[in-house]
Amino acid sequence: MSAKTVLQGGRVIDPSQGLDGVHDVLLVDGVVAEVGTALSVSEDARRIDCSGLVVTPGLVDVHVHLREPGGEHKETIASGARAAAAGGFTSICAMPNTDPAIDDPATVGYVVAQGRLAGAARVYPVGCISKERKGERLALIGEMVEAGAVAITDDGSPVMDSGLMRLALLYAQSFGIPVADHPEDLTLSGRGHMNAGLVSTRLGLPGKPNAAEDIHIVRDLLLAELTGGHIHLQHISTRFGVESIRQAKARGVHVTAEASPHHLVLTERAVEGYRTEAKMNPPLRTEEDVAAVRAGLADGTLDTIATDHAPHHYDEKEAAFADAPNGIVGLETALGVVLTRVVGEGVIDLPTMVERMSCQPARAFGLPGGTLAAGSVADVTVFDPEAVWTVDPARFRSKSHNTPFGGWQLKGVVRYTLVGGRSVFEG
Amino acid sequence: MNQTASALGKDLVGLESLSRQQILAILDTAEPFKEISERRIKKVPVLRGKTIVNLFFEASTRTRVSFEFAEKRLSADTVNIAAAGSSVSKGETLVDTARNLEAMRIDMVVIRHGASGAARFLADRIPSNVVNAGDGSHEHPTQGLLDMLTIRDHRGPIDGLKVCIVGDVLHSRVARSNIFGLLKLGAEVAVCGPPTLVPRGFRDLGVEVFTRVEDAIQWADVLNVLRLQLERMEAGYVPSLREYNRVWGVTNARLEKAPKDILILHPGPMNRGVEIDSDVADGPHAVILNQVTNGVAVRMAVLYLLAGGQPEKAEAAKQGGDT
Repeated sequence: MSAKTVLQGGRVIDPSQGLDGVHDVLLVDGVVAEVGTALSVSEDARRIDCSGLVVTPGLVDVHVHLREPGGEHKETIASGARAAAAGGFTSICAMPNTDPAIDDPATVGYVVAQGRLAGAARVYPVGCISKERKGERLALIGEMVEAGAVAITDDGSPVMDSGLMRLALLYAQSFGIPVADHPEDLTLSGRGHMNAGLVSTRLGLPGKPNAAEDIHIVRDLLLAELTGGHIHLQHISTRFGVESIRQAKARGVHVTAEASPHHLVLTERAVEGYRTEAKMNPPLRTEEDVAAVRAGLADGTLDTIATDHAPHHYDEKEAAFADAPNGIVGLETALGVVLTRVVGEGVIDLPTMVERMSCQPARAFGLPGGTLAAGSVADVTVFDPEAVWTVDPARFRSKSHNTPFGGWQLKGVVRYTLVGGRSVFEG
Repeated sequence: MNQTASALGKDLVGLESLSRQQILAILDTAEPFKEISERRIKKVPVLRGKTIVNLFFEASTRTRVSFEFAEKRLSADTVNIAAAGSSVSKGETLVDTARNLEAMRIDMVVIRHGASGAARFLADRIPSNVVNAGDGSHEHPTQGLLDMLTIRDHRGPIDGLKVCIVGDVLHSRVARSNIFGLLKLGAEVAVCGPPTLVPRGFRDLGVEVFTRVEDAIQWADVLNVLRLQLERMEAGYVPSLREYNRVWGVTNARLEKAPKDILILHPGPMNRGVEIDSDVADGPHAVILNQVTNGVAVRMAVLYLLAGGQPEKAEAAKQGGDT
């Protein structure tokens, strides 16, 4: 007997097929069988009433830190995969800055195996660009891809050696994977703990200037142009960075780029009072930068929304600002923040949100999903776009609660997350 | 004394969050306290029965001793904790230190810490009054207050005075407390030094920026000359101490060209021959030792006010009267 689920009467938004209307979605044996109106379904199918709800291809987050191996007190692959499912994500890409780093096929295989065991969102490992993330020599990129890596990055420690970055962008082309980079010139930002600006001046905290990010963005774009490789630029936060990517795309450079929910809605002012839950890298910047990131998201310069989910144990953030680690969790607030403050404020419409949070990231990283086309994997997110909830970090599925969004009232509640046709979260 | 009725709130973390009235109240309260240090028996019972911990995560002689005298002359019971040799240096976190202090039921903590925001961090977590004795590059409010008291002693009301802070403004908590406090009291404020240590961004705080000390001397009524830490040279902000002295040093040759009689302050400890020449430091313009004397009075005033004392009752409190 085959496993059938039918999602009935929801607003189905699938930009990959130009679809936006009230339809039924039939899932059979882990794949999408049909999207249509008033589908006749056999008695044995599970029926899910989706009237008043939005049905989309499962959300995809190409930038999360799951901390395993080595940081299991912050997050595990299982807890991260469950947090993802609760946030409406059906696929997530795990960054390799673990301990040990994900820089060889064995560690890639471990992440794949733990991801399968978790039985929640699909977990795709991203391997290192360089051995031990030292920025010196290429890691075993081909073998890691064979073991399941979907991209490479030294995220967290940007590749400072332009020659190595050039090699990575060349070598990765054999495997059709993107080279993802955290653009930051450490010689300019190394001492900084927040954006360089008025707030850092007042608080007496060393700052990271926009130029530290801009220089690396421009370098990476030039190297992608030189090599023909695919550069994926992570968490863009500066106005000049957005403009540089816009121009590079117009020139035909193979670049994809992320905006993080927090860089779309928060400024450096969130750090006031030395709030470590607003400490992240790249830092929160100014109103002008937020406006530029929003404009970039709207016109597709920034084609992907990614959370940079970065769990930290509470006592690591309970410290003087300079001593606290960078990063915030994002998997369980991303949809609400984007729906409320980005879609809700008219920056993008709902179909564009689905494009940026599902279709495009799946395409950029070559992942199954990101579409409800017949025959594709039955990864589906169903959410109520109007339901209001208050963010209570204590209720996160993630093991960590470090968020600047605690207490925020958000619109958008995930009702069902289905992976391969199987319900992995119901809320 | 009434713990809840402090004119300053629970803590003194910085001058940025204080009003003009609160700053003036501290300076006015310091006036009657100056006299205590001139007595033969330098002790009044204002803080009798209060327990104060001086928690110094960074080495300090001047500030710690000044606080300790202020506390002892007000009859408080004090304990000094220096980071070296304490559990702090064994990896205890700031939050654990805070909880331990709270468990010992102390009344006030004076904290010096290398991290900006450390005083606020502690203040948010313990019910005791917290006094910031310097947190990273953020604020050193009692230094700012004693600087303002000294300027007022010698030049009258701060309103309209032109005060220039010279030196490593970027890393200076003294500079920030001076800027915030002086602006609130109506001074015009400037900063001066090599652009590596005096970023343009300080203009956004409402201060003038000079890159040549000669220009600052032409402009100012008061120069507050900051210590240049040796480590700034090592980190490459300035090529050498000698060059710093040649270009930005406050020297008599430069002061002679000033259109007015300039008052010279320095928070100490001085690097003679680097940021300030000895003939200036020991000369008629300098009020550096007056600053030290005023430091004790200002800190007495802060402790008294945080303990719930009223500014107008300071004179009576001094005599042992109830507050």
